[in-house]
Amino acid sequence: MSIWDYANPKKFMQASGTLLPWVAGLAILLTLVGLVWGFFWTPDDYKQGSTVKIIYLHVPSAMMGVSAWFMMLVGSLIWLIRRHHVSALSAKAAAPVGLTFVVIGLVTGAIWGQPMWGTWWAWDPRLTSFLILGLFYMGYIALWAAIEDPDTAADLTSVLCIVGSVFAFLSRYAVMFWNQGLHQGASVSVAGGDQVANVYGLPLAVSVAGFVLLFVTLVLLRTRTEIRARRVRALLARERAA
Amino acid sequence: MMPDLGKYVGTVLAAYGAALALLVGLVLLTLWQGARMKRALEAVEARGKNGR
Repeated sequence: MSIWDYANPKKFMQASGTLLPWVAGLAILLTLVGLVWGFFWTPDDYKQGSTVKIIYLHVPSAMMGVSAWFMMLVGSLIWLIRRHHVSALSAKAAAPVGLTFVVIGLVTGAIWGQPMWGTWWAWDPRLTSFLILGLFYMGYIALWAAIEDPDTAADLTSVLCIVGSVFAFLSRYAVMFWNQGLHQGASVSVAGGDQVANVYGLPLAVSVAGFVLLFVTLVLLRTRTEIRARRVRALLARERAA
Repeated sequence: MMPDLGKYVGTVLAAYGAALALLVGLVLLTLWQGARMKRALEAVEARGKNGR
């Protein structure tokens, strides 16, 4: 059994149908535990007061907003190289989910920034590249909607996805090589450095895990919808031709 | 039960309210679109089986 077997829509529908209840259940559980733990049972920060509780929404959303684009990049590259429809459809399915996470990241960041930085917004490298990533998401969704032929739409949106990856990369790493702006470095990093304290870090880790699984759940659901939509189009075309 | 959020009560609640509204909206939209497409496919397949 190879991973490419799941490029077959029928196999994908079977496997995702089995997987979905478990992933969805775990996503709901971890998201609720992470958010409830963070909101109700963590202390205020000595500098930021109770606004530190926004971290449990802001960090996972921003992480997933960027990660979703990289997932779409993988799907797009597989489409361009191997022409598997499921990969293109999964990239299409992930876009509205990624855009929602970007919007949550921007909104919670602005609400958090106002009392901490004294401004809702700053043209800081990380914030600006994240905003541009959000615009790329909108362009990507609009391009899928604007082109009638699905294969042409998949080709063009894949190219757009490759171009937009620059901003996904900048959103994640801009603070490392542009030593300016208001936004601090990574709150969670495998590379070490300044990290959030465990009292905040543990519920944050649970919340991040919940958001990752929430993303997987929504992308699986939406990919199944896209596969069904493709089948409907094919059957209607067959009806018209008969 | 409700933690004391001090002077930032509006800030924290606004962030949670906006984020949860967007998340719940996305989940509901995804489920609605999925159910609608499933019904559409079943209708087209049934029409094909009945030879219409």
